Amino acid sequence: MAMALTRRNLHLLCPIFSARLLTTASTSPITIETSLPFTAHNIDPPSRSVQTSPQELLSFFRDMALMRRMEIAADSLYKAKLIRGFCHLYDGQEAVAIGMEAAITRKDCIITAYRDHCLFLGRGGTLLEAFAELMGRKDGCSKGKGGSMHFYKKDGGFYGGHGIVGAQIPLGCGLAFAQKYSKDDNVSFMMYGDGAANQGQLFEALNMAALWDLPAILVCENNHYGMGTAEWRAAKSPAYFKRGDYVPGLKVDGMDALAVKQACKFAKEHALKNGPIILEMDTYRYHGHSMSDPGSTYRTRDEISGIRQERDPVERVRKLILAHDIATEKEMKDNEKEVRKEVDEAIAKAKEIPSPDPSELFTNVYVKGLGVEAFGADRKELRAVLP
Amino acid sequence: MEASFGVSSAAAANAVNSPALSPPSLPFIRSEARPISWRVDKSRKAGKITTKAVAAQAENPASAASKPGHEVLLFEALREGLEEEMERDPRVCIFGEDVGHYGGSYKVSKGLADKYGDLRVLDTPIAENSFTGMAVGAAMTGLRPVVEGMNMGFLLLAFNQISDNCGMLHYTSGGQFTIPTVIRGPGGVGRQLGAEHSQRLESYFQSIPGIQMVACSTPYNAKGLMKAAIRSENPVVLFEHVLLYNLKERIPDEEYVVSLEEAEMVRPGEHVTILTYSRMRYHVMQAAKTLVNKGYDPEVIDIRSLKPFDLYTIGNSIKKTHKVLIVEECMRTGGIGASLTAAINENFNDYLDAPIVCLSSQDVPTPYAGTLEEWTVVQPGQIVTAVEQLCR
Repeated sequence: MAMALTRRNLHLLCPIFSARLLTTASTSPITIETSLPFTAHNIDPPSRSVQTSPQELLSFFRDMALMRRMEIAADSLYKAKLIRGFCHLYDGQEAVAIGMEAAITRKDCIITAYRDHCLFLGRGGTLLEAFAELMGRKDGCSKGKGGSMHFYKKDGGFYGGHGIVGAQIPLGCGLAFAQKYSKDDNVSFMMYGDGAANQGQLFEALNMAALWDLPAILVCENNHYGMGTAEWRAAKSPAYFKRGDYVPGLKVDGMDALAVKQACKFAKEHALKNGPIILEMDTYRYHGHSMSDPGSTYRTRDEISGIRQERDPVERVRKLILAHDIATEKEMKDNEKEVRKEVDEAIAKAKEIPSPDPSELFTNVYVKGLGVEAFGADRKELRAVLP
Repeated sequence: MEASFGVSSAAAANAVNSPALSPPSLPFIRSEARPISWRVDKSRKAGKITTKAVAAQAENPASAASKPGHEVLLFEALREGLEEEMERDPRVCIFGEDVGHYGGSYKVSKGLADKYGDLRVLDTPIAENSFTGMAVGAAMTGLRPVVEGMNMGFLLLAFNQISDNCGMLHYTSGGQFTIPTVIRGPGGVGRQLGAEHSQRLESYFQSIPGIQMVACSTPYNAKGLMKAAIRSENPVVLFEHVLLYNLKERIPDEEYVVSLEEAEMVRPGEHVTILTYSRMRYHVMQAAKTLVNKGYDPEVIDIRSLKPFDLYTIGNSIKKTHKVLIVEECMRTGGIGASLTAAINENFNDYLDAPIVCLSSQDVPTPYAGTLEEWTVVQPGQIVTAVEQLCR
């Protein structure tokens, strides 16, 4: 299946060397086997053979490298105290975001928790908006008022960006409900982590989604650590894809973008016909839970470097590209250099953006108008304007 | 300086006084008194929309039959409001326990599931946290859900969804998403329902930025507030009261919407301003009869809008009477009365001849025994005593 370039994030392409590489790359299909077979619960798993194309693989590499670079840059910015508060980084998990995007359209909805920077990018957000929001500047995607945990992009179908663990799942259920209500043949992906998998509201939402056959796909990004607690210490049954009981589930190698793509495509078809399905993405985060967590007190450095050597998603795609002779080593290195440059430019531009105006403190609390306009405690005038 | 939209007047007044945070000068926006045309492209009933801040007059039963309008009970008025809005806008839907086939535990949604189907009048499982969250998620895409808590107290389970997602999403997304939900349900102290079923959630929700809270007290304002709440782009929590559902009143036949932010002048007077809402309005009116016989002239205002307070109407009244009595059903600590006292003290201190008296429920869980329950809430006798002391 050829990946239409128009569906990719055009803004992510910079109009020089590698863009030419991408546009001239062929769209002829290649079939690649996923690293591991899918494990299924109450359903027949999809095939291990994934259809892709050189163009798609190159765009995977490019986008994942960009995401990786953005997260590393955010790390430095945080240490330089330009980003404050909480900053949860996604490096290591990029394959989930990229594979999912490859399988769906912008009309499908994605909602996730606070590890949202890369998903925002995948949904059409720009680097500038992301960095500006992280640094609390006025041109951020939420006008600087949301912060790292509140990235949203309405026109891209990205519903955030939520700080409270698990609270986004009922919201995602609502997105799926609205899709069923308007009968528009789209699906909602609600993403959560292994930590949130123990939340009651997840099971409440799952029950409702299954009861009403909502087009809901619950994606557990299992990076094996709920903040500092390993999954086996928090969950009696860490087989999160089986937790749905009557809801079918699929366990996917979340470090393999093609496996993720296959699973999401499969899940979308299933959800539109039969209601909810759970996808468990077996993935890993290199950073700690957030920037205040070194990430090494509850796991060994060997574990982290081991995964980096054997399962890194960007490396996997790079090896595939080289193995299929889609690009040369030098071209790939140049690609990475461009990505780095793009991120640096975005950061430099974002640093120039000023903080929001003080009046912004009070805007967007209520929708403008409120119905009746009130002017302080001692109004001289009152006119009723009704909604 | 005018307050920005959505800031409670007290906060704005404070902001102006403290130089560190003086808001920049904002444009004075004059609104024109004409209805904004609704964007829903459906052929609507060409009903005349009127605002009415003054309560309907008490009626003379003898002439009731010949008067215009129709008599309804409060729960029927709520249903009428709901039905009219569902008819008008296909995006309005109802979520709640037993709202569909059962018709609503207080019959507010009776017959609506038959008319609009099971998806629009959705019977949810007992999962307040997630179905409230679901309503917020649906609202993010443009639907306009009305969430019913079978008893307001159950919505405590959905507190996170109401406060963080319902109230704050418009802000944290920089204005990208609006959450036009209505969260409604009966609350307040009933007839020996026990502590957990007699909660007054307005005191817990009042600090949530981004939501509006209104309390209905008559069939007229119940229907009007329901319609206004559904049409509002902001999340609105509509507090009904368990004991008021069977109140009967004659309401107009034509379509009307009541303002969400205005208080209602129940009885104009000269001697003292009594501020109240929901069920306590009736205790106050009962006390008012006694007070009038004793020669007092209380001005009774049903504040209706619990967030934001209608400090304009309240202020005008205080300027006239110079004495304030607040009668509420919330508990003493941290209730609506406490906030209202603070707001009035900040804004109208110069006009007060006496300290504000606030009569609230006792800070106890509501007991089951009838006599004890009676003493947890404010009774008309206490109101009369308080006014007499205030006006001494």
